[in-house]
Amino acid sequence: MTAALWVPTPPKTPLARIRWAASDGFVLVRRELEHLFRDPGGLASEIVLPAIIVLLFGYVLGSAIMVPGGGDYREYLMPGIFAMQAMMGIGVTITTVAGDLADGVMDRFRSMPMARSAVPFGHTVSSLATGLINFTGVAVCALVVGWQPHRGLWLTVAGFGVLFLFRYAVGWVGVLLGLIFKTEEAADHAVPLMFPLAMIANTFVPTDGMPGWLRVIADWNPISAVTDSCRLLWGNPGSHGTVVSLPLQNPVLTAVIWSVGIIIVVAPLAVWRYRAAAK
Amino acid sequence: MGNDLAVLVDGVAKRFGATEALTGLDLEVPAGTICGVLGPNGAGKTTAVRILATLLRPDRGRAFVDGIDVVRDSERARYRLGLAGQFAAVDEKLTGRGNLRMFGKLYHLPGRVAKERADELLGRFHLTDAANRVVSTYSGGMRRRLDLAASLLIAPAVLFLDEPTTGLDPRGRAEVWAAVRDLVQNGTTVVLTTQYLDEADHLADSIAVIDAGRVVATGTPEQLKNKVGAEHIDVVVPTSGDLAEARTALHRATGGEPILYPSTRTASVAVDGEPGALAAIVRELDAVGVHIDNMTLRSPTLDDVFLELTGHSTDETRQEVTA
Repeated sequence: MTAALWVPTPPKTPLARIRWAASDGFVLVRRELEHLFRDPGGLASEIVLPAIIVLLFGYVLGSAIMVPGGGDYREYLMPGIFAMQAMMGIGVTITTVAGDLADGVMDRFRSMPMARSAVPFGHTVSSLATGLINFTGVAVCALVVGWQPHRGLWLTVAGFGVLFLFRYAVGWVGVLLGLIFKTEEAADHAVPLMFPLAMIANTFVPTDGMPGWLRVIADWNPISAVTDSCRLLWGNPGSHGTVVSLPLQNPVLTAVIWSVGIIIVVAPLAVWRYRAAAK
Repeated sequence: MGNDLAVLVDGVAKRFGATEALTGLDLEVPAGTICGVLGPNGAGKTTAVRILATLLRPDRGRAFVDGIDVVRDSERARYRLGLAGQFAAVDEKLTGRGNLRMFGKLYHLPGRVAKERADELLGRFHLTDAANRVVSTYSGGMRRRLDLAASLLIAPAVLFLDEPTTGLDPRGRAEVWAAVRDLVQNGTTVVLTTQYLDEADHLADSIAVIDAGRVVATGTPEQLKNKVGAEHIDVVVPTSGDLAEARTALHRATGGEPILYPSTRTASVAVDGEPGALAAIVRELDAVGVHIDNMTLRSPTLDDVFLELTGHSTDETRQEVTA
């Protein structure tokens, strides 16, 4: 017989196991990327939606809001929009994971001798690819309305580094929620609930003027740390309010701790949930 | 346990909330044979397959595939089993070829082998022309064939087919059947669930009839058919009041025990191919003065098997399970 009687042999050493898991992971990343490029409509919305938000917030709100310490509101606003977009990327992940579950293709993956981490890994890495397109769209709109980074190439890159790290962390939350919601319909209902999370922060307005209890939430919101990191690293106005609360004294450190912390806590939960996912 | 058993299920039970899907399932399938698991919707067929394919954990009992415990050693078991589901488990957004290559890589076939194997299987299931089309454009039958192809990328020791032909046209069924027979010649053991007696009859070496989560009968297709009779005659009478007399007449004509369906004014009796049964029935009905609205000769159905083995029809089973 030819290839017909091929029987795969399980990896024997821990190193071989890791190699297999990595290979499985990248096969799934490729799958997700292929889905992405077969769906130009979805890609277009990654660019059109931020454009609308930039115009809406930049010009409608921008005409009424004063930036603390002076400066252009649109310059102040853009880091917040980048951070909000990083957060909202969770929606795509939730719906694609839930769609996979509903399709039945997840059953085949789960009945195959592949790494249990491969499917969640594929979804989170491909969420970075969507993020790249999304951030590019926001950056183009932002440049058009007069935003720019002021502190040189490396700090600009560092700002995007913080954004991508946060987006990756949020991707794991998306995988977990997708596995919990199980159907695309349920996921669609849940995604708008992310909006308050992105708004109760320093994304659009300084937190100084919020009632005390709300301000505590807003200052500890990881989105505030991500926004403030970008303002700081890009030299955009408003990186520090009048009274700086603890999490925002070193926003970059806080943003990194938040992101890594989310990955450490949520990734094992997501993989565990995937193993147990029974339709 | 002996090496010659490809599948061993021992007292497996599984409950979902208030529903007891399996209530103590026992099953033995010798290596290299096809076992048909026959039962109506809700009997527990899919739950059994999902447990054996490591997708669900049983509440109690043990299950082995190719000698490997599917609960304790699920990862090793996955190297030895293939699954084609009731709902084609393929990626809708990739092409047919893309699907097979992806699954091939996930089985860690070397690149060249994965490609060749994908092309070979596309050819075998008449999908070569559609290989570069996205699966969402496929017909139901094409999806099912692709699903089957995907589960054959490696040569699994045991292949589970959950209602592989439900919803397929006759040509699609014939293709799936031919592929299944081929496989067994290559040494694969097949466990297939079905609602169709004729499918089990065509393919299976042994049949396990399951009802309400446990096996109620096992045997070869011949043994089961002998239990229910080779053919049935249904007689429809003008009013349900005529059924009692029709029963007497049918019993006298065939020696069998007729079953009555008052709602459809039908009396049904098994006839074992004896010549003249039809004529005898007509004569006896005439003698008791019962008119005939309609009379048909048919092969036994799953319903007949169920009535014979469990004393209730498949519809009643469904109600019990959902109640």
